[in-house]
Formats: sequence, structure tokens, C-alpha cells
Amino acid sequence: MITTTPEPLEAAAAGPMARALRRFRADKIGLFAVAMVCLLGLISLTFFILDRLGIPWPMDPNATNLERKLMPPNSVNWLGTDNLGRDVFSRLLNGAYISLTVGFVAVFVSLFIGVTVGAIAGYFGKWVDNLIMRIVDAIMCFPTFFLILTAVALVGPSIFNIIVVIGLVSWTGTARLVRAEFLTLRESAYVQAARAIGQRGRKIIFRHILPNAAAPILVTAVLGVPSAILTEAGLSFLGFGVQPPQATWGNIIADGKTYILDAWWLILFPGLAILVTTLSFYLTGDALRQAVETRSERQ
Amino acid sequence: MTAFIIRRLLISIVLLFFISLISFFIITLTPGSPYPWGELNPKVSEDVKRVFREKFHLDRPLHEQYGFIMRDLFTGQLRSIKDERPVLQKIAERLPATLVLNLGALALSLSFGLLLGVYGARYAGRPPDVITSILAFVFIALPSFWVSYLLAIGLVNYAAVPILGTHTIGVTFANGLEVFLDRWWHVMLPASILAIGGIAVQSRFIRASMIETLREDYIRTARAKGLDENAVFYRHALRNSIRPLITGIGMLLPALIGGAVIIENIFAYPGMGRLGYEAVLERDYPTLVALNFVTAALVLLGNLLADVLYAVVDPRVRLE
Repeated sequence: MITTTPEPLEAAAAGPMARALRRFRADKIGLFAVAMVCLLGLISLTFFILDRLGIPWPMDPNATNLERKLMPPNSVNWLGTDNLGRDVFSRLLNGAYISLTVGFVAVFVSLFIGVTVGAIAGYFGKWVDNLIMRIVDAIMCFPTFFLILTAVALVGPSIFNIIVVIGLVSWTGTARLVRAEFLTLRESAYVQAARAIGQRGRKIIFRHILPNAAAPILVTAVLGVPSAILTEAGLSFLGFGVQPPQATWGNIIADGKTYILDAWWLILFPGLAILVTTLSFYLTGDALRQAVETRSERQ
Repeated sequence: MTAFIIRRLLISIVLLFFISLISFFIITLTPGSPYPWGELNPKVSEDVKRVFREKFHLDRPLHEQYGFIMRDLFTGQLRSIKDERPVLQKIAERLPATLVLNLGALALSLSFGLLLGVYGARYAGRPPDVITSILAFVFIALPSFWVSYLLAIGLVNYAAVPILGTHTIGVTFANGLEVFLDRWWHVMLPASILAIGGIAVQSRFIRASMIETLREDYIRTARAKGLDENAVFYRHALRNSIRPLITGIGMLLPALIGGAVIIENIFAYPGMGRLGYEAVLERDYPTLVALNFVTAALVLLGNLLADVLYAVVDPRVRLE
């Protein structure tokens, strides 16, 4: 986020990494967002492990109890129960890892494709660049969410398929960015020098150009996580997410919408969980962007 | 200008070719079949299956199927597997509602994005900017279906805002104005929710561009000749934010049309998004291919219009 702290002049000498770190440390909202991201990661990891060990804590997320169905938040079920009497709080905690896994792994897939494609286009230029960028343009014309929905629905919804499809569809932004970075860096003096002493293309790409494009790539990666999480939640909501009985934040809302006027807690809490998660990632990504930016946005 | 438009149209045709290929292969290469009776249904005789397959060319190799689909699409012969009605007709029925919803959301995104972004840039780095920035990120981070339900609960309980369909059913209105107002009243809620993310993205975009503009030499000149900050900001700098405004059109369209799938489902809004969702459920291949094609063509058209507009308003841009 935006800070008003003036930059000390003597620090300018201390290299880009140190400068980015110092800027990031001064950014209170960014630090808070990072702390939230870590906390969410810890929570989902903990409850994923508890789930696999078969320890139902605070309650078994899939245990039904029809005597206690649609209970509003109370001392036993902190966030109430759903139409089958399942504890919403336990289901929220149990579903957390789905969102984060989809977010991270889908971004990893899309980064892998995007960086590779963008690097090839930007480094080789000419007709290779032209062909690749036309395909990228074509994919960018698709209404993304609909394309993902179509593919997931046809392949069959599972966490693996969702991750792969989101990754396969959302790499175009990264590819464009990497290509642009490559087009600039390719002409820089140190790349020319590397070429002059006879280094091979692959070495120039990986050793000389890519590390210098790392900062903007990192920023798009962090900003990609929440949008993948939102996409997964949307798919879950439409019934094409990870399938029941596994709880996901999207399908708790989807199941709860039938009881919308009687059981607000089925809608409110999972949505808040999604909002807190995506917001933390967006704020982290924005703080990172501000920290690594070479030209300060401040006046 | 004419040369530019012709060139862009040619590029668009190439892009549409890629688009049709991508959507066709995504849809056909995935496992499963489009048979309305289920692939292994023993009650359907082999003859019926064969006739069905021949009718929709499903017995041909993939590249021939692609050829048939494209030929039928352009001659208007492409029929839905589900109800055998011409696909283009099905899409045309949904097109007006979709256009109203998406253009409404686009207009809201651009106008409120501009307001929020300009406000943030005016107070860059100060509390009002921090607050609007956080607000923008909250807007981006909100899951639209969740907002829809929360608003629906509130509006059904406390206000008489309609949350279903495009018009009041069973009421005959006296004149065109009332019909128009009724439709507008119905589309307002879905369009606003659809626009939330767009407003946020657009405001960030405008803010960054304004701050960039404020570093230009001509702004320094304006300040140097003693103009007060408001005049510099609103008279000299603001004019330049028309560029990100126009770029926003091309940028937001695909996201809006995609996001409309969820919104149209929640609000029972009969647009192309719902048609697409139904086609996905029914594995209606021809409808899916045609729908992807038509929406992509609309997006391309939007981009072209944005580029032309860009050149019209900004004399520095030369179309080549």
C-alpha cells in the first residue's frame, strides 16, 4: 500500500533487494497482509494434516446430526450448522486447504506456461513472437470464467482438473509481461556482452534475462493466487468445484443458498473466509509491487 | 484510418480462426459424449444412435467435424444437440439481454472507476487515497455470488428491488417509458454486482495513470506558471485519463461476460451466460462452440472500437 515515509537518501546505494525489503518493512498494511497469508497457510496446513490423521477437531466436518440441523451460531457450533446438522466452523477449517492449494498450484502451472511461452516469444522475436502473441490474443478474447467452466464441466470436476484448467487458461497475462521484459532486456548491454562472448541462447535466457525479470513475475504470481481462489469458489458455487462431501468455501454457500432466508450463517461465514483470504493476497501482492517498483509511485 | 480498420479486421479474422480452433478442441477432446440419452443407455437402439451421430457428424474424424461446425455456423445451419433449434437463433434471443447487462456493468465500471481513481490520485499517499485503495482491493477480492446473496437477502427483506428476470411478469405497462423503466429497474442490481470488480480494477488503473501524468513536463509547466493545484489537476491532468478509460473497455469486456455466467444464474437473467451454463450442463457442443465464437467476436469488436476511439480522442496516437 501507500506509505508516507520519506526515503532516506543514503539507502539508495544499497542494491535493489535491500531497497525492496526496506520499503516492504515500512508498509504496515502489507506486513499485516503477509501475516494474514501466513496465518491462513498455517491454518489450512494444520487442518489438512488433522483431517488426514483422522482427528475430528473441533468436530468431524462431515458428521451429520439431523437433530441439530440449521442451528444458528451457538456455544457448541460456533458458526452454526447446515441443513444436515454438520458443523459450519469445522467445514470452513476443513475446506481451507482446497482454496489455498488451488490458488498456489494453479498459479504455479500458469507461471510455468506463461514464463516459458513469454520467454520464447520475447527472446526469439520475429515470426515466432508474432505467432505466439496472436494465439495469446485469441485466448484473451475468451470470457475466461466461462472457458474454465466449460473445460472443468466437460473433463469432470476434481481438484486436480480444476487446478490444471485454471492454470492452462490464465497464463496469458504472465506471458505478455515476460515477453515485454525480454524484449527490453534482450537489447541491454549485458545481454549483448553475453552474446558477444558466445554464450548460448538457453544460458542467456536463464542466467541473464530471467533473474532480472523476476520481480514483476513474482508480483503477478502473488496477484494470481486470489483470482484462482475466486475462480475455484465460483466453480464450487455452480456445482463444478471439488465434489461433496468434501467441504469447500464455495459449496458451503451453494448448499446454503436454499436456506438463505432462514440460515444467514451458511452464506455469511464462508464468504467472509473467501474475502479475508483473497484480500490478504491482493494486499500482499500490491505491497510487493510497490516495494520492487523501480520508479516510485510517490510524488 | 480505413487502412487501419481493414488491417485490424483481417487480424481479427485470423484471431477468430484460432479462437474457433481452441474452443472446438477444448470441447471435443474432453472425455464424455454429447448424447442426450447418456452414452451407455441400453434402451436406445444402435440405429437411433447411428442416425443421431450422422445427423451431428459425430461419426466423422475431428478435423472434418470442425469443418462441418464452421460451415454450419456461417450458413446459420448449426443446430443445438439438445432441442435441434438453430444455435444462432438461440443466441440472438439472448443477445439483447446480455448486451444490456454487460454494457450497463461496463458503464458503471468505467464511471465509478474514474471517480474513485481520480479521487485517489488527487490525494495520493494521503489518508483518502489509502482508504479508497483498500476499498478497491476489497471490491476486487469480493466473490460476486456471495455479494449477490447478501444483497438479495437485504433487498428482499427491506426494499422492493426485483431480483429475478428482466421485467415484471403479468403486468401490462401503459407506454414505452414504463416498460423501459421496469427493465432498467430489473437490470440495475445484477449490473451493479457485475460491475464491482470492474470498478475496482478500473480505479486502480486510472489512479496509476493520473499519478504518471502528474509527472509530465506540461504539468510542471502549468504549476510553474502559478496555476493552483486544483486547476492543474482537473483541467490539465484529468484530460489524459480518457486514455485508460478507453483501454478499460477492451480490458473489462471478457471478464464481465465471463462473470455474467454466475450473476445471470443467480438472478434468473435470460442472457448468453445462462445459455452457456445450460449448454455446459447438457454438453451441447454446437451451442458451446458458437457461443464462444460469438462472445469472442463481440470482445474483438469492442477492442477495435476502443482502438478507433483512442485515435479519435488522442491526437498523439497514429493508427498504422
